[in-house]
Amino acid sequence: MMSKTLAEKIWAEHIVRQADGEPDLLYIDLHLIHEVTSPQAFDGLRQTGRTVRRPDLTIATEDHNVPTLDILKPIADPVSKLQVDTLRANCKEFGVRLHSLGDVDQGVVHVVGPQLGITQPGMTIVCGDSHTSTHGAFGAIAFGIGTSEVEHVLATQTLPSTRPKTMAINVEGSLKPGVTSKDIILAIIAKIGTGGGQGYIIEYRGSAIRALSMESRMTVCNMSIEAGARAGLIAPDETTFEYIKGKPHAPENWDEALAYWKTLFTDSDAKFDVEVDLNADDLEPFVTWGTNPGQGLPLNANVPNPADYADSSERTAAERALEYMGLTAGTPLKEIAIDTVFLGSCTNGRIEDLRSAAEVVKGKKIASTLRMLVVPGSARVRLQAEAEGLDKVFIDAGAEWRNAGCSMCLGMNPDQLAVGERSASTSNRNFEGRQGKGGRTHLVSPLVAAATALRGKLSSPADL
Amino acid sequence: MTMEKFIKHTGTGVPLRRSNVDTDQIIPAVYLKRVTRSGFEDGLFAAWRNDPEFVLNKPEFKSGTVLLAGADFGTGSSREHAVWALQNYGFKVVISSRFADIFRGNSLKGGLLTVILPQADVEAMWAAVEADPTTAITVDLETRTVSFGSISLPFAIDDYTRWRLMEGLDDIGLTLKQTDSIDAFEEKRASHKPATLPIRS
Repeated sequence: MMSKTLAEKIWAEHIVRQADGEPDLLYIDLHLIHEVTSPQAFDGLRQTGRTVRRPDLTIATEDHNVPTLDILKPIADPVSKLQVDTLRANCKEFGVRLHSLGDVDQGVVHVVGPQLGITQPGMTIVCGDSHTSTHGAFGAIAFGIGTSEVEHVLATQTLPSTRPKTMAINVEGSLKPGVTSKDIILAIIAKIGTGGGQGYIIEYRGSAIRALSMESRMTVCNMSIEAGARAGLIAPDETTFEYIKGKPHAPENWDEALAYWKTLFTDSDAKFDVEVDLNADDLEPFVTWGTNPGQGLPLNANVPNPADYADSSERTAAERALEYMGLTAGTPLKEIAIDTVFLGSCTNGRIEDLRSAAEVVKGKKIASTLRMLVVPGSARVRLQAEAEGLDKVFIDAGAEWRNAGCSMCLGMNPDQLAVGERSASTSNRNFEGRQGKGGRTHLVSPLVAAATALRGKLSSPADL
Repeated sequence: MTMEKFIKHTGTGVPLRRSNVDTDQIIPAVYLKRVTRSGFEDGLFAAWRNDPEFVLNKPEFKSGTVLLAGADFGTGSSREHAVWALQNYGFKVVISSRFADIFRGNSLKGGLLTVILPQADVEAMWAAVEADPTTAITVDLETRTVSFGSISLPFAIDDYTRWRLMEGLDDIGLTLKQTDSIDAFEEKRASHKPATLPIRS
């Protein structure tokens, strides 16, 4: 047997058909669906008289578009309402399991899969959403697809795909207190760039990765797409198995599953196409200053000077980013005043994220100059947080406690920034207008978000 | 869905001198609420179109069908609405030195041809169309060339995708011919793999 990387093993096990000069036909173990990228796919099935081949490998939730206030009232925006109603009608017609607003398992699609135990090692997982890479934290090949491909998977449970190359990112060492997995991934993207992972499946390796909790691993894999990668994954280990154990859809024949999962690692003599090293010991809390996730720096740094970039297109991009962000070169990042703090999203909307932020704000008040939105990743996360009293911690500090959804991460529902408004956000994209037209986004970890909420300017807990 | 065949297209170019144009710029999320594949042209580059100096607002570039974009076009979200917005607006081809993977996959599934050329060639095309916006650009999938004026540039595209585009073939129809292979694969799938149904709680 040729030695293989983890990604190559999983890929090979899912090939339905292979032919010269054609993409591999890959079997898909799980298809996640939401309201925004599926209506046209279901329409396509109807127009061609096709059905959903495996409703039992398909699951839907309402997340991108839904309000986070008054969720049991009819959705106020008629266009949003039509989209959600369309998902409900499609799931009913084709027999697809759906978790609607008000249901305990409603929430951001990438929070829902893992919390149900449906995301497991060695799987192929797709969704019409680029942050599907989140599920790679379990040692699965998980990637985002477009609506045409959603239709393809619905009809055939397969996808013609060309195998990406493999990249290892080795993160050795240990993180200092106050430094999180969000800082690891922001540092990686700053290092390799938004196109650095293009055409690759990244495997995150090394002692710093193995030391992370499952939820922290999900944060790392989630943002693989921001480095341009097709997917990102982490070999499963005891941490993974413990997390799945006891979840509603954990395997009934546990021993058989576990025996298989334990074969899922990169062989010691396997070769990656590219390897990148990062030292965890040196990492500091990271924050973005620009309009793509690669434009990030340690929080102690200053806003960069575009003139310092040797590459002309990077220089132009930096100039444009500073203009859009309303920043002046040389300003300490810690002096940037923030208007809104957003804690949530598929990147950092899980219970551990809420716990770590709550720890920072507990018994304190957020700055009077800003608002803070706390949006749990799912209704179940919200209930768990309430059971632990975290809702009270946030509310007492002056934050808003919302219902689950994608919310301000992409500004599709009413949770948006106004023109010129500046956020510190635990989400994944700082693109122009991402959180609302004219809004300015700084990507941060939950710890930095919480400290920033208290101090009113970009901060880490150490600055308090 | 079936798509229109793409063999050869001739049109004028629109120089978009920006790199890292993400899908939130191509079409912001608030425009993604439609349940159809049409009508997305109003959201195309919505934030930038408020600026009278933006290239699509210049009369000489209004009827262009070949978008000449900077590097890393289409990064970010998987929204196929970005492809539909470009197509609904009238674009047939996008040329860039580098495309994000998901955007490129979506475009080629939907019949919007994305052509990769070296950055120096993209810059030469920017200069040519800015000097003369009526410059005719021909993109020929048969010969795998982009030509304008006296210049002809070869581009690479894999044989399978090219064949599918030139025939306007429905990908799903092709895969459904392999149903026997899919059935056989499912026969030997491990029983411990999870299912979403029946619901367990």
